[in-house]
Amino acid sequence: MQLQTMAAQKLSPAAPPADAAIAIDDVTLRFVTPDGHMMTAIRDFTMTVARGEFACVVGPTGCGKSTTLNLVTGLLRPTTGNVRVMGNPVTDISRDIGFVFQADALFPWRSVIDNVAAGPLYRGTPKAEAYDKARDWIARVGLARFEKHYPHQLSGGMRKRVALAQTFINQPKILLMDEPFSALDMQTRTAMQDELLGLWSEQKSSVVFVTHDLEEAVALADKVYVLTAGPGTVKSVYRIDLPRPRVMADIRYDPKFVEIAKVIWNDLREEVQLGQSRGLQTGH
Amino acid sequence: MTAISPAADRAATRETSIAIAEARARARLRRRHALVIGLRFAILIVFLGLWELGADYNIIDPFFFASPSGIWEQIWSWITEGTSQGPLWLQIYVTLEETFLGFVIGALGGIAAGIILGRNRLLADVFSIYIKIANSVPRVVLGSVFIIALGLGMASKVALAVVMVFFVVFANAFQGVREADRAMIANAQILGASPFQITRTVIIPSAMSWILASLHVSFGFALVGAVVGEFLGAKQGMGLLISTAQGAFNANGVFAAMIILAVMALVVEFIITRFENYVVKWRPAPFNEQGA
Ligand SMILES: Nc1ncnc2c1ncn2[C@@H]1O[C@H](COP(=O)(O)OP(=O)(O)O)[C@@H](O)[C@H]1O
Ligand SMILES: [Mg+2]
Repeated sequence: MQLQTMAAQKLSPAAPPADAAIAIDDVTLRFVTPDGHMMTAIRDFTMTVARGEFACVVGPTGCGKSTTLNLVTGLLRPTTGNVRVMGNPVTDISRDIGFVFQADALFPWRSVIDNVAAGPLYRGTPKAEAYDKARDWIARVGLARFEKHYPHQLSGGMRKRVALAQTFINQPKILLMDEPFSALDMQTRTAMQDELLGLWSEQKSSVVFVTHDLEEAVALADKVYVLTAGPGTVKSVYRIDLPRPRVMADIRYDPKFVEIAKVIWNDLREEVQLGQSRGLQTGH
Repeated sequence: MTAISPAADRAATRETSIAIAEARARARLRRRHALVIGLRFAILIVFLGLWELGADYNIIDPFFFASPSGIWEQIWSWITEGTSQGPLWLQIYVTLEETFLGFVIGALGGIAAGIILGRNRLLADVFSIYIKIANSVPRVVLGSVFIIALGLGMASKVALAVVMVFFVVFANAFQGVREADRAMIANAQILGASPFQITRTVIIPSAMSWILASLHVSFGFALVGAVVGEFLGAKQGMGLLISTAQGAFNANGVFAAMIILAVMALVVEFIITRFENYVVKWRPAPFNEQGA
């Protein structure tokens, strides 16, 4: 095959295997809008994430990326089709899942250590143990000196580190991330991407990372899902065979990286344009 | 031979000049603060002075509008000789007790109702209409009902204070719960929080600043409830003191009681602010610390 010589290998969508970490099988989800109409957010959506795999999802704004993640958490239920996590149908919020939000979702009235200890405490871990674990995770993300600080006393990058520690402390088998670094400046974002890849390679979790930044997706992922403009469905899937460990500051100058990004961008561009022209029409 | 590097020299000069500028800025702030306080006192003195002079020269009839010296004499005689209903401190104590009970019961009820309805869409939709109706009734009128039903004792005043406080606190608690950040709630849910844990650790803290804001106003409302209740019929309390003074055409007495009530309200307001600062110490400091 010609594509195989390139690092970006286009995959043909197939029904998900039973042992996948995440299997979204032919899902359609419709919202009832406040004025009583039905609005299709995603349709005929199929996606598989193998155990330990890092999948990125790119697509224009409003195409249903966040909706997809919420289907995996169980906060949203599919209208048709089914979603399985670690082989089991999603019925409730699974303990295996961790979620890093785009917006700040830290609790502003809790200090850093209280924020990080929240997960274990909610799950019934004894207090002393939860705080020991929290201290350990805070040190791992390099914030040992800031345990007693409140979120408003930290920079955006530091708050993201707290959010990572808060999520990783539960040792989720599945990690969902919704444009987690989009609000950060370039340097901080690169540092956070390295941090994330480091944590991920230790934890061996399966990741779905949503972003609208194609280069970020290519740099991080084993597999990139390109979605169509809303209602979102999978347009194409690419396997990214760049070697690991990857260094974020350098990878964007790798000729193979540039080549892959170009191929996928050609695919994504028309959807972005479509999404924008629709956005203009509907006033989004 | 010692060489002084020009860079180090410049740095030293720069530091001293920064220190001087800072000292100047601080001195300016201090002077401004002193000016504000001074002007506040000046206005008070001029106001009281004009009032007293006006009363002396009968431009302001002291019979109707009292006079500062008359008010002060009244307060002094209440302190030293007691009121016609007994010692002054007892009147203050009775009113404070009613206010405080009404405030606590009303606030707790309002917070509980606000959280329950705020967390439950169906209950909120069902009850919202009744709450609107109840809220539009002029609540002071209920004072008469309570006196008929509960008698001249403490219960009727507490009940009126409760009603005064409940709706304010309820409305704010409800709003605060509704404004709780959805991402934060989802975060807690995914971290493993049960619905009760979410209410306790996310909903209540995020509604707290709304609730505390309502506590400020509603203590005043509780005081109004208690005083109006006493006014309508009581055996003790500041409200009765006012209505007695009114009955005797004693304007000084009315004003004196009013001032005592105002001092009570200010003291409690101060305590609530202290409490608020203690509870929400996680909040970034406001930019205008001084001047309040
Ligand atoms: N709770 C909801 N009710 C109605 N429509 C929604 C809701 N959440 C999302 N949508 C709609 O579904 C579509 C997909 O949203 P989303 O998944 O947030 O997009 P993305 O994350 O890709 O920007 C959007 O058109 C959005 O307006
Ligand atoms: Mg989104």
